[in-house]
Amino acid sequence: MRFIYSYLKKYRGQAILAPLFKMLEAAFELIVPLVVKSIIDVGLSPTGTKGYVLSRVGVMVLLAAVGLCASITAQYFSARAAVMTAADLRADLMRKVTSLSRREQDRLGTATLLTRLTSDIEAVQNGVNLTLRLLLRSPFVVFGAVAMAFTVDVPTALVFAAALPVLSLIIVLIMRLSTPLYRRVQGKLDDVTKQTRENLTGARVIRAFNREAAETRSFREKTEAHEKLAFLAGKLGALMNPLTLVTVNAAVIALLWLGGGRVDAGRMTPGAVAAQYNYLSQILVELIKLANLIVSVSKALASAKRIEAVFAETPAVTFPDDGAKPDPTADAVTFRHVTLQYHENAAPALTDVTFTVKAGEKIGVIGATGAGKSSLVSLIGRAYDPTHGTVRVMGQDARDYDKATLTSLVATALQKPTLFAGTIRENLCWGCPAATDEDLLQAAALSAADDVLATKDAGLDAEVEQDGRNFSGGQRQRLALARAVAANAPILILDDALSALDNATGRRVLEHALALPGTLFLISQRVSHVRDCDRILVLEDGRLTAVGTHDALLQTSETYRFIDACERGARS
Amino acid sequence: MKHALSPILPLLRPYRGTLLLSLLFSAAYAGLSIATPLFFGQAIDAIAGVGQVDFALLQSRLITAGALTGVTALGAYLASRANARLVTGLTKDLRQDLFRHLQTLPIAYLDSHPYGDTLARFTSDVDQFADGLQLFLTQFFSGMLTILGTLGVLLALQPVVAAAVFVLTPLSLFVSRFITKRTKKYFVQRTQKRGALTAATEQTVRGLPAVQAYGREDAENEAFRRLNDDLAASTLKAVFYSSITNPATRFVNSLVYAAVALTGAFGVLGGSLSVGLLVTVLGYANQYAKPFNEISAVLAELQNALTGAGRALELLQAPSEAPDPEQPVTHDAVRGAVAFSHVDFSYDKSRPLIRDLSLAAEPGQTVALVGTTGCGKTTLLNLLLRFYDPDGGQITLDGENIAAMTRETLRQNVGLVLQETWLKTGTVTENLTFGRPDATADEVVAAAKRTRADAFIRRLPAGYDTVIGDGGGSLSEGQKQLLCITRVLLADPNILILDEATSNIDLATEIAVQKALRELTKGRTCFIVAHRLSTVMHADVIAVMDRGRIVETGDHETLLAKNGAYKTLWDAMKA
Repeated sequence: MRFIYSYLKKYRGQAILAPLFKMLEAAFELIVPLVVKSIIDVGLSPTGTKGYVLSRVGVMVLLAAVGLCASITAQYFSARAAVMTAADLRADLMRKVTSLSRREQDRLGTATLLTRLTSDIEAVQNGVNLTLRLLLRSPFVVFGAVAMAFTVDVPTALVFAAALPVLSLIIVLIMRLSTPLYRRVQGKLDDVTKQTRENLTGARVIRAFNREAAETRSFREKTEAHEKLAFLAGKLGALMNPLTLVTVNAAVIALLWLGGGRVDAGRMTPGAVAAQYNYLSQILVELIKLANLIVSVSKALASAKRIEAVFAETPAVTFPDDGAKPDPTADAVTFRHVTLQYHENAAPALTDVTFTVKAGEKIGVIGATGAGKSSLVSLIGRAYDPTHGTVRVMGQDARDYDKATLTSLVATALQKPTLFAGTIRENLCWGCPAATDEDLLQAAALSAADDVLATKDAGLDAEVEQDGRNFSGGQRQRLALARAVAANAPILILDDALSALDNATGRRVLEHALALPGTLFLISQRVSHVRDCDRILVLEDGRLTAVGTHDALLQTSETYRFIDACERGARS
Repeated sequence: MKHALSPILPLLRPYRGTLLLSLLFSAAYAGLSIATPLFFGQAIDAIAGVGQVDFALLQSRLITAGALTGVTALGAYLASRANARLVTGLTKDLRQDLFRHLQTLPIAYLDSHPYGDTLARFTSDVDQFADGLQLFLTQFFSGMLTILGTLGVLLALQPVVAAAVFVLTPLSLFVSRFITKRTKKYFVQRTQKRGALTAATEQTVRGLPAVQAYGREDAENEAFRRLNDDLAASTLKAVFYSSITNPATRFVNSLVYAAVALTGAFGVLGGSLSVGLLVTVLGYANQYAKPFNEISAVLAELQNALTGAGRALELLQAPSEAPDPEQPVTHDAVRGAVAFSHVDFSYDKSRPLIRDLSLAAEPGQTVALVGTTGCGKTTLLNLLLRFYDPDGGQITLDGENIAAMTRETLRQNVGLVLQETWLKTGTVTENLTFGRPDATADEVVAAAKRTRADAFIRRLPAGYDTVIGDGGGSLSEGQKQLLCITRVLLADPNILILDEATSNIDLATEIAVQKALRELTKGRTCFIVAHRLSTVMHADVIAVMDRGRIVETGDHETLLAKNGAYKTLWDAMKA
């Protein structure tokens, strides 16, 4: 919970003033029973006058008016503190999420991260607002009423002192029980969200297989599981009102019975009994408010805990602030006995891989599906760090670079292109914010994305929809390629980034890529793509089994020979 | 408000019983809460002054009040329970309805709406509706009854007091109405901004690997921060202005309380009211005020709920795709003759894509569609599966217009493998049997062996029982595609559609898969889109497409001999 306070600190003024003004309003409310007492004991006594009653009522109206001003001020401060805290929290959480390495992303999953960033933050915002506005006011009114009761008459006030622990116990117990319950409810809601997303992204496949009914059935089960737990939580919450009501009314009965005796004995006035009764009523009203609040606040607490858990994640990959400087004359990339395990118990994705790539070399990486090609190149840009061994980039351990430097050294086009809503220009200049239109158009030409631009009247300003939905798979891939080329990094990695291109286009891009001055890693499943590279790495089950030129590998690598034979067999 | 709520009413129908119970218990609760103070008031009157306390009366009144309290508490619990039942049930129903409807929405809808926004309609919008409904049920009904009941009792006890209350009350309603009306636009604004932020969040989180590879974290965070600030600004307005309602109505209530104190005290001075009843009446003024506060709070919350419900209903009311024909053509034994005749189609009606296209596949034939990216190959397959319907012309299966049969019948006969792999969260086996849930374990393994997926599946931590996570987890694209192909192989359809299906698989694996697929295509019709000509050269018919038209058809040799568009593509690949 402490971390929420640390966010609130920035809005300390508002966060303190809001409940203060709220308490001010409450204090005025606490005076009212005393005014009523004076009306009964003085105004309605045999010597009482209408004028006295009128003046007391005037005081009541005055109290209400001042209370209104205090309250509106409080609402503003509270809303501001809550909304701004939530906004800061959301921005920081996004920052945290974007700092998580692929290991944490894989483990937490997209759906979880999205829920934290959306509905959990909203719940916290609501919780902070309610807490500042009402949650702090309630105990103030409750204890204030008790304190006032003691000033009116001590023995009857003892009834209050007895009732309060019971009430607190009820509230604390229900809160204790409902917090973990709401966490579980949220977990079930995550399942519902996850399946909805899956259904959206897989609509074509689901429909092609006529699985709509089956998916609907499984969704039904998930919503029913959610309903069941939510209802359980609802039933628990439903206990709050009746239990507090019984306790308070029992206290009223005790108060009137005791008060009766004390008035009879002349130790208390009837007006004082009425005042005590009014204070008890106020306590009840306040507690019912509190009970409703607690449900919302415990939801918020559950959300806060889940958000905190994301903040507690430490990225497996971190960067030093003031990193090493690259040595342009050194070897571009060196792997020394590199082993990579995605999970502790999983079989290694890469085992004891060692190789060196000179600056400007064009390296092909080939191997069967799952042989570790993507894993291998993902280590260069530090999407993951090796479990054992070291990766050196341009003369330095890759881990010694600061983030900006390493990013400027390595540009990657992934197999699955990522395009964001915006314009083509915005999408192309990810790696080179200062690029001119000529730079971008040149990169586009090198990546055969000039054809894509030609289909759009607006050229570089053409709109890209979310996920690049308004482009075909091949067009998306070419735009992502152009982005990588435009980055103009000394090391360019094309991770199977030609897979969706037709042959003619693929060849064209390949020729351009091989003619670039920098170091190139070209991952492909096809010999025809990598054959013109200076050297080719052959991967099998995570091991580097052969390195050499096309001609050399045809002699030395059985796997390479096999892939080549298959490919040529298929061609002829 | 009534108008906006009316589409929700049918959802309430299954909960009529629960609603009735909720009403009943709420009424009992409200009635008893009004009755109890009367007895407390009489008890206070029994405490008249020094030596004037009537202990017998005091005792009897207190016992009655105690008994009433017990019953009131029970009513309160049962009412809340019924409400929880109703709200959780309704939420579930609404989500299920949304999901069921989602299955009937045209693919065009899904292609043209951001997933994040649609998702929000399922999640936060429904939640918001549920929260509003919850407040509405727990506080509105009992609140209304408490107000009416209290007014009735006041009228019986002291008409002057009742009159004062009655005159001042509308003020409170007016104030909350005024504020509610004024804030509505802020809530609408906030919901829009939130939708934009959700879409951006989804985009960034899903694209994280690329974002991080380019060091775009700061830029994305900056863009996010701007949207976030926008949302904060409109949220602040919405939250603050709507939260004025409470203090404002509370102020009006304080005025009511003062008026009651005044008229009541004058009543005591005039002898028409006892001090005990004055205390009771003042208690009522409080009790009466409380539901007013609640109702105003409910009205504010209802703004949220209505916008949420509105967005959920908008999705629910988005038109479904054209219904299946009432008397569909049934197809028990499909031969698999597929023909496109004079088909016109475009996504954007101002830019024609497919124009007057005709193409026929005999049963068992393999038809390959080739051509440069964006020439309409995939679109043809979209039409064949009826993800989209042609604007003109028709597509027939064994001579029957595919629009004359149910989509289910059509799709039962057509298997699909897309370039972009999609696997559901679940075990490998669950994914493989997606198209044929009744397949035995042996059949699953046999199919996996034919596609060469068996080997890597066995290396997974739990083999065929390994759970594939969010988006396929740590499987490579090629491994995922192998699973997708195995999935279709197991479904054993009469017609196959392979849309760049093998482009993400290494060649050595593809050769094996191709062999399995060739085995499968025997006696079946097959449509292949591939840019690797090696994949398509064995096809019976190769259709070369260019800008939405078929420019050449024939088999590999014929087309090479023609020395046309196909030859150009072939040479480019051979180079």
